[in-house]
Amino acid sequence: MIVERKPLNLAERLYIPAVANGFKVTWRHFKRTLFEGRTAAGDTAGGFHPEVPWRVGEGYRGAPYLVRDQDGATKCVSCQLCEFVCPPKAIRITPPGPDGAPADRRNAEKMPREFEINMLRCIFCGYCQEVCPEEAIFLQRDYSLSGTSRAEMIYDKEKLLALGGAHAGLRKWKQKEDEARAQEAFPPAAS
Amino acid sequence: MDWQFLAFSLAKILVVFAVVMTMVAYAVLVERKVSAFIQDRVGPNRANPFFARYIPYLGMKLVRWGIFQPMADALKAILKEDYTPAHVRKVYFWIAPALAMVPALLTLAVIPFGSQLGAQKMVIADLDVGVLYTFGIVSLGVYGIVLAGYAANSKYPFLGGIRSSAQMISYEIAMGLSVIPVFLLVGSLNLSDVIGAQSGSLLAWHVFKQPVAFFVFLVAAFAETNRLPFDLPEAETELVGGYHTEYSSMKFALFFLGEYAAMISVSAMMVTLFFGGWTLPFLGLDQPAQSLWVGLLHILIFFLKLCVLLVGIIWVRWMLPRFRYDQLMDLGWRRFIPVALANIVVTAGVLAMMHR
Repeated sequence: MIVERKPLNLAERLYIPAVANGFKVTWRHFKRTLFEGRTAAGDTAGGFHPEVPWRVGEGYRGAPYLVRDQDGATKCVSCQLCEFVCPPKAIRITPPGPDGAPADRRNAEKMPREFEINMLRCIFCGYCQEVCPEEAIFLQRDYSLSGTSRAEMIYDKEKLLALGGAHAGLRKWKQKEDEARAQEAFPPAAS
Repeated sequence: MDWQFLAFSLAKILVVFAVVMTMVAYAVLVERKVSAFIQDRVGPNRANPFFARYIPYLGMKLVRWGIFQPMADALKAILKEDYTPAHVRKVYFWIAPALAMVPALLTLAVIPFGSQLGAQKMVIADLDVGVLYTFGIVSLGVYGIVLAGYAANSKYPFLGGIRSSAQMISYEIAMGLSVIPVFLLVGSLNLSDVIGAQSGSLLAWHVFKQPVAFFVFLVAAFAETNRLPFDLPEAETELVGGYHTEYSSMKFALFFLGEYAAMISVSAMMVTLFFGGWTLPFLGLDQPAQSLWVGLLHILIFFLKLCVLLVGIIWVRWMLPRFRYDQLMDLGWRRFIPVALANIVVTAGVLAMMHR
């Protein structure tokens, strides 16, 4: 569709309607805020940020945290894909090594000895969440991260797990485990 | 040159400087508040120094109005890391902020901000070439920005510098031409005489006698001070801040203060040239003061007129969108300069007819 551009008349070329309408609109808002005390934040959220925190919607890409599964075990298996994909190199994983602690859940070979995210480097792109084969890291709703030093802004494994909480979604290996258990049982349960 | 003249001049310079710097700080606050109100926000209302709660009744109100915000801003600007990027041209990078700030302050030297206190005329330098001095100094203002754009040695400041050189130099012509009719009417370049010529009645104000000149001057003033709708040198959305992209800390603050100081000086010029300066056309307020109180009242009148114009300039920023670069040049060269020239010719013609 071609929008037809009408030639401007003299008043329009002198910006008179533009100025008049501009003043009308700005005055309306100015008056409403100054004399009636109405603000956008007050009308929509009921207050201002530090007192009335902004509630973000589902799917918001906030800070990335590690999650536990429903049994409270670490989901991360220290595969280091997220460390590899992270564009600003904010993630640093220390694998357990040959004689590290074993994973605290079944069907996992290992779990990270240390898992650090530098929240000052993180750009909240969500690649780590996307690349994770274990669904162990999620960008969650936290958007207001603050600290008094740079060191404080490097979140370690305990902190990330504590902040991340339990993942409420599907348990990826639960079905496999159930299947493996069912193999052992004899006679097989009627399905 | 006697010591008395020196002492009084120094006192006036100090007082004007202090008042202007305070006004600059609070103009920034007004800008933020007005913009906030226009955009359905509240603006700065948190700066809460320890002594605010000892002020009876008013304390918390002042906090809500953001009265202490400029102090916090100044402190922040001073304490921030002053970072000089490795790729800049150091000498120009250092002098550019000063060059942006100084002309705006120098302009104020010839503005009569009151009639007289005692025997002292309330103007720092009562020059007979007043307005020529002003335009001479104003045209220096472009160097700060151009140098900043050049010194930063990166593309967006460079584009901003180029835009500003074209914009400010073009609009200087329109600005200079627009005031010539005023001086044709007055017959003197001294700004005190310009105010004297506007006494008597409201209709003697040049804004009513020379509306076209006022309009051209107003628009050129917006362009000269890089205010919206002509803030192309710093156009945030296109040039990431233009000429001051690479600046931080107090150097950035100097550009920022320079912009507001330029706004104040250009408003002071408008008050003087078109709105009768410190005069009001009733109660005999249009004659030089005989007593101290009337002298102070004149300063107050000038100050209030200045404030009204400043709020006007600030308001326009939130009212009109930015012009495109070619539209700006078109407006300057093909509209305002011919209009200003025609205005000179018509005014001169009418004056010649009247005095024949």
